[in-house]
Amino acid sequence: MRRERRSVVAVEWLGAYALLRVTRGSLDPGIPGQFFMLEAPGRVLPRPMSLCLAPRDELAFLIDPIGPGTRALAALEPGEEIAVFGPLGNGFRLDVPRPLLVGGGIGIAPLPYLSEALERPPAVLGFRTEQHAEAAVLVPNAEVVIDPVLVTEAMPAGRDVLACGPEPMLEAVRALAPAAQLAWEAPMACGYGACYGCVVEIDGKLKRLCIEGPVLCSS
Amino acid sequence: MQLLNASGCLDALTAPGVARALDAFVTKTVTPQEREGNPPVRIAETDFGMLNTIGLANPGRDRFLAETLPALRSIGVPLWVSVGGFSASDYAQTCAALDGTDGVGAVELNLSCPNVDEAPESAAEIVAACRAATALPLYAKLSPAAWDVAEVARAVEAAGADGLSLVNTIRGLALGDRLRPQLSRAVGGYSGPALKPIALAAVYACRCATQLPIVGMGGVQTGRDVLELVACGATHVALGTILFADPDAPSRVRSELAEAVADAGFENVDDAFCAAHEAVALTDNSL
Repeated sequence: MRRERRSVVAVEWLGAYALLRVTRGSLDPGIPGQFFMLEAPGRVLPRPMSLCLAPRDELAFLIDPIGPGTRALAALEPGEEIAVFGPLGNGFRLDVPRPLLVGGGIGIAPLPYLSEALERPPAVLGFRTEQHAEAAVLVPNAEVVIDPVLVTEAMPAGRDVLACGPEPMLEAVRALAPAAQLAWEAPMACGYGACYGCVVEIDGKLKRLCIEGPVLCSS
Repeated sequence: MQLLNASGCLDALTAPGVARALDAFVTKTVTPQEREGNPPVRIAETDFGMLNTIGLANPGRDRFLAETLPALRSIGVPLWVSVGGFSASDYAQTCAALDGTDGVGAVELNLSCPNVDEAPESAAEIVAACRAATALPLYAKLSPAAWDVAEVARAVEAAGADGLSLVNTIRGLALGDRLRPQLSRAVGGYSGPALKPIALAAVYACRCATQLPIVGMGGVQTGRDVLELVACGATHVALGTILFADPDAPSRVRSELAEAVADAGFENVDDAFCAAHEAVALTDNSL
């Protein structure tokens, strides 16, 4: 993991979400499901973002501008610089014979890069509005459902599930596919084990998601 | 002037390179029993700082000594152990266990965690009990919320403290959109840039009260911030919240410090020690 100042190539809007593209420099894009800490201009703490895409010489992150940090990231202009630190945490295991990607809302963020690594497997994506669903163009071979339809209603059986989304979705996915690999989310201050802020209950114990996760196998 | 981390703001085992960039690594607080810490949500950002309610999560004294300490030793950076507890004997027993342990350079007594319910005994009683238990240098970490922190400083010095760590976080609260507390336990320790003037005031007041070494900390982001703490009377400086945002802060702050010293008109950082106090003396003389 390295921390470098990278310049913004572009911010592209996909419906409600912003795709932030920065120059790659000598940063390693890492394994799908790993994340980077992005400096949020004007804020005290950086924001954890899983890598969405790794186009040549770039890193791209999907941002849901819902708070002061994510809004600052989505408002970046080409040429501006931010510190980018990573890749961090543990990504998805890619040795799965029949992968199915499942994503909900901004949880689709790591799926485009994951899809590429797994050679475009089928995907099921759920969004709360049509506008949010515009980001589905990033994931090939995806079936899209919109609230009130849930991803669990569209999930075919007998697949190796790799999922990312809000906690209730992950719990519902786990109920259907107990061996699923799930990427969880938690507020994080540092991303590298220093702050103990991102703990979640893992095997009955509170553990740091940034070190043990963010991808956890549910069984 | 040595550069340290504030206790609980760095894990040398997950980031040994960051720890090695410091002059000494201060551990997360060790309590007699294992503590899982407080439930999530544990952190929240505010406009000028952050709140945490970690709640002294740690493996407990025995596992710390058997597992954590040997692993930390192998990193090769001098170690300070932060010691906590809920009674003077809790602290003293850990100090006794650390006494004569290889690789421990000093003990910092965490007398001021804002995130546990149990109120510790008075700072001076705890320091006196620890003094009797170890020959290791004892640094008393004090809260900036004391009405008169200099009074506490005098009391812990009289009880045998070898130095002060100033300051711990101060209690704060942040509300979410629906006016509910963002943290699981509502109130947490407030840190980050907003704490700097509070830290400067505490270091300044304690330097007027004692000649003990002082580790200054609170809101340090830049080399200039380090210099200001030294000017107020800090002999060492610790980095806290900035390590979360910038793991490269130790080397950056050191290089900025050299420039800040020159900009302020000094030859080296030691020349700026207590410079803020001299300025007041001049002001007084001119009246």
